[in-house]
Amino acid sequence: MAVNAEFVGRTYPPSGPYAVDAAGIAAFALAVSSTDPVHTDAEAARAAGYRDVIAPPTFAVSLAQQVDRQFIADPEAGVDFSRVVHGEQKFVHHRPITAGDQVLGTLTVDSVRQAGGHTMVTTRAELATDGGEALTTSTSTIVIRGGE
Amino acid sequence: MAVRSFDEVSVGETFGPTAVPVGRETLVAYANASGDQNPIHQDEDFAKTVGLPDIIAHGMWTMGAAGSVLEQWLGDGGRIVEFGTRFTSMVVVPREGTEIVVTGTVKSLDEDTRRATVELGVTAGDTKVLGRCQAVVALA
Repeated sequence: MAVNAEFVGRTYPPSGPYAVDAAGIAAFALAVSSTDPVHTDAEAARAAGYRDVIAPPTFAVSLAQQVDRQFIADPEAGVDFSRVVHGEQKFVHHRPITAGDQVLGTLTVDSVRQAGGHTMVTTRAELATDGGEALTTSTSTIVIRGGE
Repeated sequence: MAVRSFDEVSVGETFGPTAVPVGRETLVAYANASGDQNPIHQDEDFAKTVGLPDIIAHGMWTMGAAGSVLEQWLGDGGRIVEFGTRFTSMVVVPREGTEIVVTGTVKSLDEDTRRATVELGVTAGDTKVLGRCQAVVALA
């Protein structure tokens, strides 16, 4: 099944809100072996100028992948998830995601292209607070392996 | 932690190598924290049935662990303003666990913004596992 190229340029309505809490941030930080106390110690985070503990630099993927599901899980999109591998990932942080944030994600399908028998799909999730403050732009390229 | 100052950083400066251990319990913790429960990262039998040599680490775990090494050098993870990579090879995680090794190099400095572009080299065994792994950081 081919990925539906008609989805290129499509922007979905915002999804969420996704609640970010200190426990979730701390669990993520521990799992990626971070020792930076701004993720686990509210006092340290405040001393560094943040309102509360902040997310590690790749935490946004856990939100972006929920946002991306609107496209990936859409039968019309034609993505065979069993053949998906992650090709590229980029984050641009506008301000650190902070415990207490209620995050909305707006998904755009940036490109669908073919190379070497595989299909590459680039999606962009714009993460912002429910008040409209920009948090992170997460851009992800997945590779859907060709084959039988 | 003290935040690294622009004035103490020079182009070509390096940090690491820093080893980050990864075991299967690490991947279970990452799956639970990130929500990525793909069984190729937790179930050896499943991984082998889809043609993988063994359990492999989440690419995003590897990127996240590289980010943790960058944070140590930088002194504040909230100052990583851009972070991107390509996933070029997988990290195979056998039952006894393994490690990735992270090095960093300052590629350029921008005096106006007091920002640095840092390239991270990430290997598992002799294999480079992340390609064009670069971050822009805001120095003090």
